[in-house]
Amino acid sequence: MTALAALIRRDIQIALRVGGGALIGVLFFLTVVVLMPFAVGPDLALLTRLGPALLWLGALLASLLTLDRLFTADHEDGSLDLIVMSRTPLELACAAKALAHWLAAGLPLVIATPVLGLLLNLDATATSAVALTLLVGTPALTFTGMIGAALAVTLHRGGLLLAVLVLPLSIPLLIFGVAASQAAISGPLSFGAPFSILCALSLASFVIGPFAAAASLRHGLD
Amino acid sequence: MRLSGRGVRCVRGGREIFSGLDFEASSGEALAVTGPNGAGKTSLLRLIAGLLTMAGGSVDLDGGEAELTLAEQAHYLGHRDALKPALSVLENLAFWRDFLGGAAFDAAESLAAVGLDHAGHLPAAYLSAGQRRRLSIARLLAVRRPIWLLDEPTNALDTAGQALFAALMRDHLARGGLIVAATHAPLGLVARELRIGGPS
Repeated sequence: MTALAALIRRDIQIALRVGGGALIGVLFFLTVVVLMPFAVGPDLALLTRLGPALLWLGALLASLLTLDRLFTADHEDGSLDLIVMSRTPLELACAAKALAHWLAAGLPLVIATPVLGLLLNLDATATSAVALTLLVGTPALTFTGMIGAALAVTLHRGGLLLAVLVLPLSIPLLIFGVAASQAAISGPLSFGAPFSILCALSLASFVIGPFAAAASLRHGLD
Repeated sequence: MRLSGRGVRCVRGGREIFSGLDFEASSGEALAVTGPNGAGKTSLLRLIAGLLTMAGGSVDLDGGEAELTLAEQAHYLGHRDALKPALSVLENLAFWRDFLGGAAFDAAESLAAVGLDHAGHLPAAYLSAGQRRRLSIARLLAVRRPIWLLDEPTNALDTAGQALFAALMRDHLARGGLIVAATHAPLGLVARELRIGGPS
C-alpha cells in the first residue's frame, strides 16, 4: 500500500507544480464553455437545453487534453521501466496513476461545473444533476482513456492517436451522462435509470482499464 | 545466489542482435559486459531485467528469494535517470524508496553517501548530468536489492564520482551482492568479462 500511496502522491505533486498540467484542463474547460453562448447566441431556452451536453463535451475534451502524458512522461525518463520491474503489480500501479490523474485533473472539472452552469442558464437542480453525472463519469473517462494512453506510449506525438482511440470508447458515457442530466431537468424519464447505467459503466471501466493498460504497457515496452 | 544464462538469443525489430550467449555470476561477483556499440549490451541487461522478451535460451537465478521474480530482486540503472524535474532531489529519492519498498537506508543518508546532501531541496531540473547520475546511484543504496544491473554506470561521473561508485560497488559485492554492468570504461573492481559482438 505504501508503494501505491507514494505513486499517487508523486503524480499529484507533479501535476500541481509548474508545468504539471492539472490546471490546464480546467482552463480549457472554462474556455470551451464560455465560448458556447457566443456561438449559440442569446437564446436562453436553447442554452438551457444544450447546457448539459455542452458541459459534458467540454469535460470530455478537457480530460483528454492531459491524458496523453499519463504514461509517456514516465516512459521518456525511464521511470516506467522501474515501475514494471517493481514488486507492485503493474495493474495496481496503472490504477493508482489513473486515480492520481483524476484527482488532479478530473475532480477540478467537477468542481468548476456549478460556476459554468451559470453561464449556460442552468438552474440549481440542473447544475447539480450535471455535476453529479460528471462526478461519476469523469473517473470512467480517465480509466478508459488510460487504455489509449498506454497504447500510445511508445509513439511520438501519440496525443492525436489517443483522441482517435479514446473518443469512440467514451460514447456510451456521453450518452448516459447527458441523458441522466436531461432527465433531471426536463423529464420525462426518471433520473435513476440512465444514472445507474452510467455508474455501471464507470465500475466496469475501473476493472477493465487497469488490466488493458497494463497488458499493452508490457507488450509495448520493447 | 547464482545468476546464469544459457543460449540467450535476442532479436529486436526482426534483426538478431546476438545468440547463443552463455554467462554466469555468483554472489560477490561482478560481470562486466563489454563489446562495440550496438553489440547488444543494453539489450542483454534489459533481457535480464525482464523488460525485453527473450527470443531463445533462458536466464535463471538460483538461491534468491523463491517467491520473487528475478526482476523484483534487481535494481536497473539505465541510460535514463528516472528523475522528475519538478520534484526536489530528496522527493525524487524518497518516492523511489517508498515505491520500491524494503528500504535499507534513509533517503538523506543515501544522498550523503553519494555526496548530494547539500542539494536535497533543489529541484532535480537544476542538476547537472553527473549529479543526476549520482542521484540515480543513491536509489541503489536507499533500497536493498541483491542484483544490480548497471548500464554504463560511470557515464558523466567525474573521477571522484567514479572512485566513489567503485567503492560502493565493492561494498555491495562484499555483502554478497551481484553486479552485471555494461561498460566501456574500467569499473575499478575485479570483474569477469563477458564480451558480445565481434572484435572492436
